[in-house]
Amino acid sequence: MLEKMKEIIADQLSVDEDSIIEASSFKEDLGADSLDLFELVMALEDEYSVEIPSEDLQNLLTVGEVMNYLKEKGVEA
Amino acid sequence: MNTRITEMLGIEYPIIQGGMAWVAESHLAAAVSAAGGLGLIGGANAPAEVIRNYIREVKAVTDKPFGVNVMLMSPYADEVAKVVVEEGVKVVTTGAGNPEKYMEMWKAAGIKVIPVVASVALAKRMEKYGADAVVAEGTESGGHIGEATTMTLVPQVVDAVSIPVIAAGGIGDGRGIAAAFMLGAEAVQMGTRFLVAKECIVHQNYKDRVLKAKDIDSAVTGRTHGHPVRCLRNQMTREYVKLENEGKSFEELEYLTLGTLRNAVVDGDVTKGTVMAGQIAGMVNKEQTCQEMIDEMMEQAEKLLGHK
Repeated sequence: MLEKMKEIIADQLSVDEDSIIEASSFKEDLGADSLDLFELVMALEDEYSVEIPSEDLQNLLTVGEVMNYLKEKGVEA
Repeated sequence: MNTRITEMLGIEYPIIQGGMAWVAESHLAAAVSAAGGLGLIGGANAPAEVIRNYIREVKAVTDKPFGVNVMLMSPYADEVAKVVVEEGVKVVTTGAGNPEKYMEMWKAAGIKVIPVVASVALAKRMEKYGADAVVAEGTESGGHIGEATTMTLVPQVVDAVSIPVIAAGGIGDGRGIAAAFMLGAEAVQMGTRFLVAKECIVHQNYKDRVLKAKDIDSAVTGRTHGHPVRCLRNQMTREYVKLENEGKSFEELEYLTLGTLRNAVVDGDVTKGTVMAGQIAGMVNKEQTCQEMIDEMMEQAEKLLGHK
């Protein structure tokens, strides 16, 4: 899942895929602002056919947290 | 002029007054609604009971439709969200975030929900969650702002969603309204022009500062910390921007602005206070009643759009 995630994030934020690791924080490490995060969420929802409510969004600060969240939602690697 | 917005909201003219913090209380909202637009009560950081009273005051003056802007970052947002349902408010706009968690409750109460958005993705998301329309607000606006301009944001949002779009940011006369319609908007939201309305309760010093503002008088504080706020240049903004450029932290700068919007609006401190206004302030140069403003703007817009 990490590889696909890296691809989506790199595409959405226009950053180098190699700069993204599981522990990357969207805001601190990748420089995403709140509007970027909405773009990203929309892309993830499309890719994995899940709904990510805004309340949950507040707790998803790193790439790894999003991966765990998606797994809990039943998304297969 | 009829659009999907005027029909949806039951208003005569496609003009919505912005839900400005401290400014948009019952007098202004009632006057705009009575004049055929849609007046808004600005929820800002006010406690729910204050908003309840404003709602009742507007109802006592006019039976025309009006709305409430719910500021989602307010500590009282949950309570205000309930008060609008209890008081039978018909229209809610939302600012500073994503109103998903209230959507179900509001829709069940028959409320038209209109989030203010500053990006295409957020507009699409709001449509998906059941919004009836969106306000696409460009960076020309006063107060808390996004990056995209009205000229670029409005047509992109119009193309991305099928619900009607309301343009905001930099609109202050009939030409602005006509331009917004050319971009695909079906109504406009305006704040700065209504700041100087005779019915508006802001301190006269504040009105005078807006009236004498020139095109170059707009400043943005807090951009480096991700909380950009547009206001008119004064001693406060000059000091703020200087310290910001020196790399001071958000916490170090906060003391400069804490409570200063209130100081400007209520006490008339326009040198150290925060005089929020949009870039169009330079063109706002006469005090009028809301009715005079709306009549004048609509006549000009309809002429330009070839409706008259």
